[in-house]
Amino acid sequence: MHPSYLPLGARMSARLERFFEMVSQMPPARWSMGVLRRLGFTGRTLVIAIPWIWLLLFFLIPFVIVLKISFADTRLGVPPYTSLLEVSENYVLLKANINNYLFIIKESLYFKAFLSSLKVASISTLLCLLIAYPMAYGIARASSNWRNTLLLLIILPFWTSFLVRVYAWIGLLRNNGLINNVLMGLGIIDEPIVMMQTNFAMYVGIVYSYLPFMILPLYSNLEKHDNTLLEAAVDLGATPFKAFLRITLPLSMPGVIAGSMLVFIPAVGEFVIPRLLGGQNSLMIGRVLWDEFFSNRNWPMASAVAISLLLLLVLPIVIFQRYQAKETAGVAHR
Amino acid sequence: MAARAEERREPWRDPQARPYIRIEKVTKKFGEFVAVSDVSLSIYQGEIFCLLGGSGCGKTTLLRMLAGFETPTAGEIFIDGQDMSGVPPYKRPVNMMFQSYALFPHMTVEGNVAFGLKQDGLPKEEIAERVNAMLSLVKLEEFAKRKPHQLSGGQRQRVALARALVKRPKLLLLDEPLGALDKKLREHTQFELVNIQEKLGVTFVVVTHDQEEAMTLASRIGVMNKGRIVQVGTPHEIYEFPGTRFVSEFIGNVNMFEGQIVEDEPDHVTIASRELGSMIYVGHGVSTAPEATVWAAVRPEKIMITRERPDTALGVPSHIAEQAGEGLCNAARGVIKEIAYMGDLSVYIVELPTGKRIRITQPNTYRHAENPLTWDETVWVSWHESSAVVVTE
Repeated sequence: MHPSYLPLGARMSARLERFFEMVSQMPPARWSMGVLRRLGFTGRTLVIAIPWIWLLLFFLIPFVIVLKISFADTRLGVPPYTSLLEVSENYVLLKANINNYLFIIKESLYFKAFLSSLKVASISTLLCLLIAYPMAYGIARASSNWRNTLLLLIILPFWTSFLVRVYAWIGLLRNNGLINNVLMGLGIIDEPIVMMQTNFAMYVGIVYSYLPFMILPLYSNLEKHDNTLLEAAVDLGATPFKAFLRITLPLSMPGVIAGSMLVFIPAVGEFVIPRLLGGQNSLMIGRVLWDEFFSNRNWPMASAVAISLLLLLVLPIVIFQRYQAKETAGVAHR
Repeated sequence: MAARAEERREPWRDPQARPYIRIEKVTKKFGEFVAVSDVSLSIYQGEIFCLLGGSGCGKTTLLRMLAGFETPTAGEIFIDGQDMSGVPPYKRPVNMMFQSYALFPHMTVEGNVAFGLKQDGLPKEEIAERVNAMLSLVKLEEFAKRKPHQLSGGQRQRVALARALVKRPKLLLLDEPLGALDKKLREHTQFELVNIQEKLGVTFVVVTHDQEEAMTLASRIGVMNKGRIVQVGTPHEIYEFPGTRFVSEFIGNVNMFEGQIVEDEPDHVTIASRELGSMIYVGHGVSTAPEATVWAAVRPEKIMITRERPDTALGVPSHIAEQAGEGLCNAARGVIKEIAYMGDLSVYIVELPTGKRIRITQPNTYRHAENPLTWDETVWVSWHESSAVVVTE
């Protein structure tokens, strides 16, 4: 077929192809390709480089910026912090202000906030686990027609905004909310139970919001379990309950760890739910951070809190990573 | 193996013997599908009983009912005289070796084997002792600390066996025990299994689809088809005296000659077979309606292949042989169409003038045969009157 019969796009692409071919034949292209290849830049490394570049641009560099700010001083102006480098005639001075960190250590408010955040996150994780495990187990054991429907129901809340869902809880929990009205209408209680602005409401909110993150990894683990293992255990004299304890539970540990990390890590830094549902005195590190940034406009302090929080969470993340590596290794062998 | 089993003892021939397992009129339905249909069986202590059949014949379902994983829709199962209905798997004196082995991946070999004993709450020293003894029986002592995924297929199979045997069950159920092993390892393991069984005196019920496996292992075989037990017998009986066409075709290779019964006497049967183009004389009586369509089943190794017309009467009384074409029963002329050299034996496919193709195997007794049979040669095929078996549909 003559090229002019081809549609314009095809003709263009054919031309482009010829152009690229020509360029790649030219000595500079050949040389640079050779250099790249000698340095180990094959097509595969380039593909792998994309997520690395992404992480570098949107994770590592912002982290370095926050780290830098955490060592700065506050000042009035834009940006509201000083530069670390001071350039004078003969020397460059690097001034790192560690007062913020010292303050975090000295001032018991931060320590308490960390501690109470860890406590809230731990309790929430435990509650999520206790609720999610039977649910995930049930879904994994359900017939395959039901399974997808049930999973869809788990994911369904994500289709509405997170904030809307939290506000919906306010509507349910407040003194003249749905729950109190129903209970009073039925005559079970005479005056409303105070639920809003309490730890109870905060836990309800956190557990509700993070439950799917616990259910999904647990489900994907439990769903893979081989039922004949349980049959073997029962055949060897274990009651079904003991078989569950000895076989299903240990084998589901990777799922338990994964789900717990997915709940625990964001729950530690949770800000919105404690703010909206929790009491005025609920002390969460996320809230402290917010106040430092927006109320006090103390960016260096806020950054120092953020960095400390990160360091605090590195440990569970490392545990998580190790467990995951172990699980994938086990699966590869199986 | 079969010969040795026969030498041992045959409790099923003794009317006084009390069966260890009694399966009485057991039926299992999954919805509309009938997996096991009205099966009755008696299995005796110390037997290796093989349930043999193709996939979906109900053999595994029957085994799972013995283990207690499935409950019969109708009928009863007695183990050691005790009614098993309502007894959960963990209370049965039965252990099972699973087809997939079902080893616990998070436990070591030792942990796997000890699992059953721990459930019984035995003292630690006794558990350790019995686990070690069992591991040395299956020759896995050095692998005690390994995890299942670090073992080869054959080693896993042995762990599964050790785990099932360590509780000293009276009855061991084996679901395709050698299915996942390669051929060489399989043969070796078959004999090992029989040795262990003899050493411990456990009753084995083995499910398999592999007739060779069943023949080597079993003291008796129950052939299953479509949820029913079609025939029960020693490997020898099943092979030499199959009762139905299904059994004879399922076990080994067989040549089937369709024909009508001409003469039905207590000591012999004559069949007019259009497929053979001659008369077939079978030296045992059958009980079917005269003129019924039957099949004479002849194993490939029992057919002789010669250049000359067989001069003996093949055990057929001469007055009967004279009535047949060419004065011979159980014989026909044909052309060699194919020869396959298998090493230990050769397979010949001979085509008769009627178009029927016959499979014949001959052992390769000599390394260099003089003037061997070759393609397109006209030969005589014949068999002795005792070689054929009459089977019905």
